[in-house]
Amino acid sequence: MAYLDHAATTPMVPQAAETMAALLSDCGNASSLHGAGRRARRIVEESREAVAAALGARPSEVVFTGGGTEADNLAVKGIFWSRRDADPRRCRVLVSAVEHHAVMDSAEWLAAREGAVITWLPVDETGRVAPQTLRDALVAEPDDVALVSVMTANNEVGTVQPVDELAAIAREFGVPMHTDAVQAVGQLPLDFAQSGVDAMTVTGHKFGGPLGVAALLLGRDVDCVPVLHGGGQERDVRSGTLDVPAIAAFAVAAELAVKEQPVRAERLRELRNSLVDGVVVAVPDAQLNGEPSLDPLRRLPGNAHFSFPGCEGDALLMLLDARGIECSTGSACSAGVARPSHVLLAMGHDEARARASLRFSLGHTSTDADVAAVIDAIAPVVERARSTSG
Amino acid sequence: MKVLAAMSGGVDSAVAAARAVDAGHDVTGVHLALSPSPASYRSGARGCCSLEDSRDARRAADVLDIPFYVWDVAERFARDVVDDFVAEYAAGRTPNPCVRCNERIKFAAVLDRALALGFDAVCTGHYARLVDGLLHRAVDSGKDQSYVLAVLRPDQLARAMFPLGDTRKPDVRAEAAARGLIVADKPDSHDICFIADGDTRRWLEGRLGSQPGPIVDAQTGDVVGGHDGAYAFTVGQRRGLGVTVPAPDGRPRYVLDVSVVTRTVTVGPEDRLDVRTVLAGEPTWCGPQPTLPWQGLAQLRAHGEVHRCTGEVVDGRLVVRLWDPARGIAPGQTVALYDDTRVVGSATINSTAG
Repeated sequence: MAYLDHAATTPMVPQAAETMAALLSDCGNASSLHGAGRRARRIVEESREAVAAALGARPSEVVFTGGGTEADNLAVKGIFWSRRDADPRRCRVLVSAVEHHAVMDSAEWLAAREGAVITWLPVDETGRVAPQTLRDALVAEPDDVALVSVMTANNEVGTVQPVDELAAIAREFGVPMHTDAVQAVGQLPLDFAQSGVDAMTVTGHKFGGPLGVAALLLGRDVDCVPVLHGGGQERDVRSGTLDVPAIAAFAVAAELAVKEQPVRAERLRELRNSLVDGVVVAVPDAQLNGEPSLDPLRRLPGNAHFSFPGCEGDALLMLLDARGIECSTGSACSAGVARPSHVLLAMGHDEARARASLRFSLGHTSTDADVAAVIDAIAPVVERARSTSG
Repeated sequence: MKVLAAMSGGVDSAVAAARAVDAGHDVTGVHLALSPSPASYRSGARGCCSLEDSRDARRAADVLDIPFYVWDVAERFARDVVDDFVAEYAAGRTPNPCVRCNERIKFAAVLDRALALGFDAVCTGHYARLVDGLLHRAVDSGKDQSYVLAVLRPDQLARAMFPLGDTRKPDVRAEAAARGLIVADKPDSHDICFIADGDTRRWLEGRLGSQPGPIVDAQTGDVVGGHDGAYAFTVGQRRGLGVTVPAPDGRPRYVLDVSVVTRTVTVGPEDRLDVRTVLAGEPTWCGPQPTLPWQGLAQLRAHGEVHRCTGEVVDGRLVVRLWDPARGIAPGQTVALYDDTRVVGSATINSTAG
């Protein structure tokens, strides 16, 4: 098996798995006042401090959630509600056209149910939002904007957004900015305070932590209306009994991912570059989507995303799967039905190119053999897939 | 062989796939997404295109430990089956969408794609048998689906697998339960899969709109009622006519003819429904073309009775003369020809004569 779908989820690092396993049979609700509760609380708070330190935030800015989707929903809806409550004119949300569905659909839900108006920030052919685009959108009518949400790095094509510049512009206009940084941890240098954003989503299973645990880094001064109501465990912004073993493992993985980021990124970049070179040699008309320069600060070092003209992505996926190569078409599914990627369409590609696309994403367990397997298989698979279309 | 098992999410296709696995084939499950926006979770599991059906198919594939994919054939299905269904009704005919789906989707678009991807055969849960490459009725006569497969050519049948043809439905359910397939108790689908609530007339109304016209008595020539669209009527139909003027002879009236051009529905007594000659379109032969004229059996609707007949081809079109009259045969339906249990061929009915 060659696993090249780390952007979907990446294996847990052994240190995180060990931490989690050791805590699974311990009893203790971190909100309880007795000894067991205090022990649990201590683990949660130490984990919070570790996460904060690794990501450049203060401990009080770390809000643990049950996943990246929950954190995105909380940021987009919670900040929107809070901003609109403070000033009813603020009903506009500025969202990039290449966001993950967790952000995109939250915004669309606000538009459908809460009277929000969405301004989709267009991207260039590499998938990047130009800072001037945000400025123009804000200058037009700065008083009606509730928030800006632009992801740190795109999950499909790996394009890195100029988040610091965008955040500075949003700040100029006094508008809070959220960024979904789910794909970035461990692949890019990341610092919440330095970035200037007001909220940032990170999730465990994309950087070697467990599934089902994530954090919204939420600036101390940023008011956010809760989505989940209950005991108010997390800063009164998020309720629910804390998953102590998962949070501890999340923290271990986060520390490790950040510590090893420069080494990991360099290794991924080398592997990815040989993958791209090999695929283009094997299939000369393969089109690399996204940032062409492969600069690790402009494109995630583990991401390779191609269109193979004349093929359908799901046929390629199936043929590669049959050869033990696991990758993704990178597009959203409902009943498992592939839709042309909104990301590629937003980048100005046509539906045919969007449907012909395939994502290979590398991670901390990727090897030369994984890359070699793809390069070996890709030409016959593309040839076979071509005969199926038309 | 590399076999693609079409899995609807129902019990039949799940057991069919399981049997293909048992037979030693390299099986991959595929669920055909027929609707561009699958209607979430529909109660009663009537169709085969809800999210729940897709999930059921995936679960069955998981239990069988075979790869599973969803293929989006919604566009083709909308064009070749749904649009055709509407156009046929609009033309005053009564189509059979399952026949079209087998002809143009399952054993055309899907089969072609499967072959191109390196598969050798497509396996479905249809109740029909293949004996030496020839299509036969299923052992379970109550479930037999050879009629809706009678549009398949020998080259298509050569790539088809129907593992359930020799088994009775209750045994298929028992087998599903024994295999741990959770769909074992799932109700059968009866209705047209793309009409969720089963109300075809209302569904057509939504697409064809109101086209009011008269209901005319064939014997007296009198207008005996009105309707909102001739397309909602099928030759042979008795119920739901809304005719208030009783027939002169007091006998029940049936739909004898549907004319979309004049928007007229003609009704009359049952004996006027008798059909002795069926004029159909270009025939499809499921095996070697028979020597013509040919004598055998004709079936004129799904689960309908069979009639002894003589078939011949005139100007490329199939003409079937029935030895005893059939009643209420609607243009648009398929006439399938049988030699005992073997399906010889079929054609779409264009018109009938007494």
